[in-house]
Amino acid sequence: MLTTALILLPVAGALVVAAFPLPRTATAGLAFLVALMEVGLWIVAASRFDFDDGGLQLGTSREWVESLGISYSVGFYGFSLWLTGATVVVSAAAIGYALWIGRDRPRAYYALMLLLTGAVVATFAAQDLLLFYVSFEAMLIPLYVLVGVWGGARRMAATLTFVVYTMAGSLLMLAAVVAFGVTQGTFSLVDSGTSDNVWIFLGFAIAFAIKAPLFPFHGWLPLSYREAPVEVSAVLSGIVSKTAIYGFLRIAIPKFPEPADDLAVLVLVLAGAGLVYGSLLAFRAADLRGIVAYSSMAQMGLITLGIFAFDDLGLDGAVLQSVAHALVSASMFLLVGMVERRCGTGELDALGGMARGRPVLATVLLTTGIIALAVPGSATFAGEFLIMAGVYDQGWGYAAIVALGIVLAAMYVLRLISAALHVRPGSAVRDEALDLRPGELALVLPMILVLLVLSAWPALVSQSSFPGDRAARAVAKNYAASGGRAFIGSDLIFVIHPAVGARPAGPHP
Amino acid sequence: MIDTPSVDWLALSPTLALLGASAVALLVAVLLPAWMRKGVAAGATFLGFALAAVLAGVVYEDTPRPEALLANSMYRDRLAALAAVVLAVIGAVVVLVSWAERRRDNHGEYYALLAAAGAGMVFFVGAGNLMTLFLGLEWFSISLYVLVALDTDRATSLEAGLKYLIVGGFGSAVLLFGSALVYGATGELGFSQIAAAEAGQDAFLVAGLAMILAGLAFKVSAAPFHMWTPDVYQGAPTSVTAFMSAATKTAALVLTLRLLVTAFPEESEIWTVAVAVIASVSMVWGNLAALAQRDVKRLLAYSSIAQAGFMLIGVAAYSERGGEALLYYLVVYSAMSVGAFAVVAVRERELAKPVTLEGLAGLGWERPLYGLALWVFMLGFAGFPLTGGIFAKLFVFSAAYDSGDWWLVLLGVAATAVSLAYYLNVVRWLYMRTAAGTPLVAVGGSPPHDPAVGVAVAACAVVTVGSFFVVQPILDLASEAVDSLPF
Repeated sequence: MLTTALILLPVAGALVVAAFPLPRTATAGLAFLVALMEVGLWIVAASRFDFDDGGLQLGTSREWVESLGISYSVGFYGFSLWLTGATVVVSAAAIGYALWIGRDRPRAYYALMLLLTGAVVATFAAQDLLLFYVSFEAMLIPLYVLVGVWGGARRMAATLTFVVYTMAGSLLMLAAVVAFGVTQGTFSLVDSGTSDNVWIFLGFAIAFAIKAPLFPFHGWLPLSYREAPVEVSAVLSGIVSKTAIYGFLRIAIPKFPEPADDLAVLVLVLAGAGLVYGSLLAFRAADLRGIVAYSSMAQMGLITLGIFAFDDLGLDGAVLQSVAHALVSASMFLLVGMVERRCGTGELDALGGMARGRPVLATVLLTTGIIALAVPGSATFAGEFLIMAGVYDQGWGYAAIVALGIVLAAMYVLRLISAALHVRPGSAVRDEALDLRPGELALVLPMILVLLVLSAWPALVSQSSFPGDRAARAVAKNYAASGGRAFIGSDLIFVIHPAVGARPAGPHP
Repeated sequence: MIDTPSVDWLALSPTLALLGASAVALLVAVLLPAWMRKGVAAGATFLGFALAAVLAGVVYEDTPRPEALLANSMYRDRLAALAAVVLAVIGAVVVLVSWAERRRDNHGEYYALLAAAGAGMVFFVGAGNLMTLFLGLEWFSISLYVLVALDTDRATSLEAGLKYLIVGGFGSAVLLFGSALVYGATGELGFSQIAAAEAGQDAFLVAGLAMILAGLAFKVSAAPFHMWTPDVYQGAPTSVTAFMSAATKTAALVLTLRLLVTAFPEESEIWTVAVAVIASVSMVWGNLAALAQRDVKRLLAYSSIAQAGFMLIGVAAYSERGGEALLYYLVVYSAMSVGAFAVVAVRERELAKPVTLEGLAGLGWERPLYGLALWVFMLGFAGFPLTGGIFAKLFVFSAAYDSGDWWLVLLGVAATAVSLAYYLNVVRWLYMRTAAGTPLVAVGGSPPHDPAVGVAVAACAVVTVGSFFVVQPILDLASEAVDSLPF
């Protein structure tokens, strides 16, 4: 019930916001209140969640279409609960930002933002393939209008490329969903077995690769992240991209262990290429949003490296990095928005010298930036280190690429910080531009505090994402000793063995 | 003393209710004073459709197993009854859409013809032999020819009527010729007798089958037999277009399924391929051509061609699952199509000129509820979630995959991707372009308040969205209906 409430609360909030013609601030305040209640609800869910148990929890299941084996089936694993936590926090911050700057057409705007939140939470909770597809698609409806109506000057082009790319992926996935569901006789992710069909796997993998986005499917990214309203970009890069991670972790790999293993090298190479290429693009970008947008692409490549390491360290690191990146990226986008509001532009050439006389902005941006560049001791460092250690087994070259990515991250983040805060005062920076207001600080600070907590205690996320993996490690070692290859993650365990083929090992021992 | 044949009046009652309504409306046109005509005729027609829906529901409930009536010329079964319910509800909603149509005269005639066309379709879906098939087809077609041309003061309406008459007449002739060939090959007219004749793949039979299929494809407006559709949909009064796009397709597709499955099971290897090809061509051509349209009615016309293609996938699957998918799709499609044309009708009355994409600019903000409804219909056509459109597509694709036609799934997915471009373009015009930025000519004052069409649009939106949440009950109905066919 709690999971259903987490999905329905924002949806109900959206309906209320849309239906009642309240004044602008009241509408925005109501939406923000709903978003905060959603955070509270998540805390309740987390308090009832047994993080030592690797199985599905807080689950509900109801028949939807019996004749095809489709059900409304939701629930959380450790990793998906953490992703949901990042979701509710980021969307509350985004809605708060919109409240702060006073978006026009408030009823439509906040209704769509809340719908988007509900759709993302439903995606993370979905335990039925069709429900997953439905939620995955449903995110697109509000996003399309949010970018198209409230976006920047080139929003028409941005919506078009965004929709064309993501729908191409989604429809491939629909074909894959049909093929998988009909073959299995059920769409339930809990009841269905595995498949060794490479084509169906590719249908899913490409859809997720586009959503993330992974190199070379990132064509929609620069335009969308630049033209979307800045808080929508925060949601897009912070949490919408993580639905692809969930898709890999819950569907593409557990349901297709053999094709995933066969194509792992391809994915790893592309992810590594995306990490380096995205980082270089971020380093070369001419504006603040460009840097954050491309860095997001690089980080998605990094997280994918961790997933396809097929190793418990890599998986833990990928989830930790997903949560950390969601918060970092959302904070960065909101801060970029705040800078843009003061200067009227995000072009690096016109910025500079904002640190003088604006200590709060300087401190907050610097703190976020330092976490973003994975300074040792930060949550992102822990995540990247785990990923690096995990992917080392696949080949030291990948670990070297991760290390290169960390170096490049330092370069582009420092470039952003110095271009905005330091060097000579830019032409667009006026003396009367204010420091961060308390309201703005209140939006970013909670996310930074969470990041600091995770920096102090990264195991909070990484240990509880796939709690079964340590128990199952011994089993995996045995398989590895006998020449097999093992992939572990709570009750999504699959042991890949060349001689026997892929078979589910069932719940962890 | 001659034995009178026993007539199952209940099975005929939906048709008779509509014929009665038609007669009342026609008498109204001559007997009542002008100011009463519209109200009484519309009321009688609405009641007729509502009564027909109820009676068809009773027939559905009372007919656990199919029966052949009147010397095998008609079927009384759940397939016909369910189709009749859908047709009657479409008709009732269209009456609401028509209420505020700006027509100076001919109210009685309009409603009489609408009810008559509905009666013909209800008769048609129960046809049990080639004779009643042709009779029903001509019955509703002739009513529609007149309805399309009813706005005699508009040249486009007359042009559309003439085109429909000529092309439709050609289609009927092809169908009749095909029936003659089938009769020649088998010596039978009844559907099940044709199958029982076991003529195998006799050349005459196959040629006749092809011609009958072509004749029905004209009515379904599937490519390459769709040439009349854009012009007629554009020229006809918008409420008539709404009726044609939903009801004609429903009737023709249900009968296509019944005829192919009942009469030609032995030739299934031939016709499944033929239907799959027609479906593919419709999906490809309808979607590509829709991309280029500026007039919204024309755009929806091409969209309906493409949608016919998707629905024919269900027929091509030649399985119970395919039949269920087709019926589910028809329910959702009918709601979306009537609803979309109703919103276009509202806008048309507001602007007093044909609605182009530019004419939709800002509608989403000016009239939030109509805008929202049109948005929902477009998302439904495109197969987005939160509308039944997604399940409609999922079911036909599943049926096709089940029957081994995985290439149809891929083609359908590709066609859906193309269709997004124009469906979402409509949404774009609704919300992302405002009237201020476009040369929109406002007609004097605010448009007439019209609760009837509001109710119609709301009903369509409720069905479109509701069919997403309440799937299994509709599928159960469809499943029991399909059970009356000999799969």
